[in-house]
Amino acid sequence: MCLAIPGRLVELPAERPQFAIVEVAGVRRQVNIDLLSDEPLQSGDWVLIHVGFAMSKISEAGAAEQTRLLAMLGEDAAAMEEIEGYEFGPRPEGWAS
Amino acid sequence: MKYVDEYRDPHLIRQVADEIRRLASPGRHYRIMEVCGGHTHAIYRFGLADILPANIELIHGPGCPVCVLPMGRTDDGLAVAKDGGAIFTAFGDVMRVPGTHGSPLEHKARGTEIRMVYSPLDALKLARANPDRHVMFFAIGFETTAPSTALTLLQAKAQGIANFSVLSNHVTIIPAIRAILESPDMRLDGFVGPGHVSTVIGCRPYEFIARNYGKPVVVSGFEPLDILQSILMILRQLADGRSEVENQYARVVPWEGNLTALKVLAEVFELRPYFEWRGLGFISQSALKIKDAYAQWDTERRFSLPGIRVTDPKAAQCGEVLKGVLKPHQCKLFGRECTPESPVGALMVSSEGACAAYHHYVHRKGAVAAAVA
Repeated sequence: MCLAIPGRLVELPAERPQFAIVEVAGVRRQVNIDLLSDEPLQSGDWVLIHVGFAMSKISEAGAAEQTRLLAMLGEDAAAMEEIEGYEFGPRPEGWAS
Repeated sequence: MKYVDEYRDPHLIRQVADEIRRLASPGRHYRIMEVCGGHTHAIYRFGLADILPANIELIHGPGCPVCVLPMGRTDDGLAVAKDGGAIFTAFGDVMRVPGTHGSPLEHKARGTEIRMVYSPLDALKLARANPDRHVMFFAIGFETTAPSTALTLLQAKAQGIANFSVLSNHVTIIPAIRAILESPDMRLDGFVGPGHVSTVIGCRPYEFIARNYGKPVVVSGFEPLDILQSILMILRQLADGRSEVENQYARVVPWEGNLTALKVLAEVFELRPYFEWRGLGFISQSALKIKDAYAQWDTERRFSLPGIRVTDPKAAQCGEVLKGVLKPHQCKLFGRECTPESPVGALMVSSEGACAAYHHYVHRKGAVAAAVA
């Protein structure tokens, strides 16, 4: 819970400005981006995710570092379980799951 | 050594470790507290204590949400499900936290409706999908997770979802640090400041520690090199006779924090007059209560809670470990009655808890030490 999960923004749906689609290790889920309302966001940006919310925008290198850290701490499986477990967003056909 | 390849820049780690050894004055015993449970986990995982000189002692702080939550609060949450007929939802960490009559997971096995969620938004979705049931979200965490609960409450209000409420156990880190600084049996030389909490609150709230108590604070990342660099920065301040707030984790933590998150917190929450913490007792203005404007979504106002103060099992010494008076393995129950598989105390539950981290990694002791030797 203390450790954040890095994800890449792949879609910012115009009709749902509070949400974005992120991709984490091939898994796509919806996260809330309200806490980054002061940041210019675009597809391809990296963010740190906590409990379904993007908390900070980070660099690609920062994301790689966080991914490695989660693996080193043995938290990578739990992180993927969390991302896969987010139920609140839509999961259209064709998404990797 | 098995883990040597995992560490980024082992050469740099060696340099920082050498510099720490050079700066640590041999006649002095340093006590440095890492506030955040994520740091505690990393320190044990990487065996960092072993590569520090013997006179630098790391004290594990209160930054593990399930560890500091008194048992009575878990009982309160379970009562809402058992007696109030609500569906109890919470993060995975909460599921194995012991209550007086068992953990949420054990209550689930006995038929109480308990669901694990990964986001408070999932709890809200469950409420939308079950309009004839009440769904309670048992909210825990510091400033890292409190904004997500606040935003979920904003959504509940905006969408008019009446069968949803939050039992707020959110706590704030600054009053806990202040309580530790005021505690007479707690002599500390500096703080490794929390990483992700600081992305929300920024670095400014720690300034009183440097200014009024003369202790260095270094907000730190989570990699071995980050933590060692932060310890080095603390030692440099001590050697120079400085006490400042420094940001080692500037690549993620903005000095001013996340202003949107702070605004959302202020919209939904206010400070409780006081709140009980395991090990630290009652600390004034240390926890978040839902504001009147959101009373309709406040479990504490919608249900009558037992609200009974429950003491921990007598033999468990969670409080002493939380205060840094005892190391995890010095507790009488450690590794015997109390294990990660069957925790008696909350510190054995979460990977951020000192006891679970110690238990999990004690056999790997020396991994980094060997790697940089």
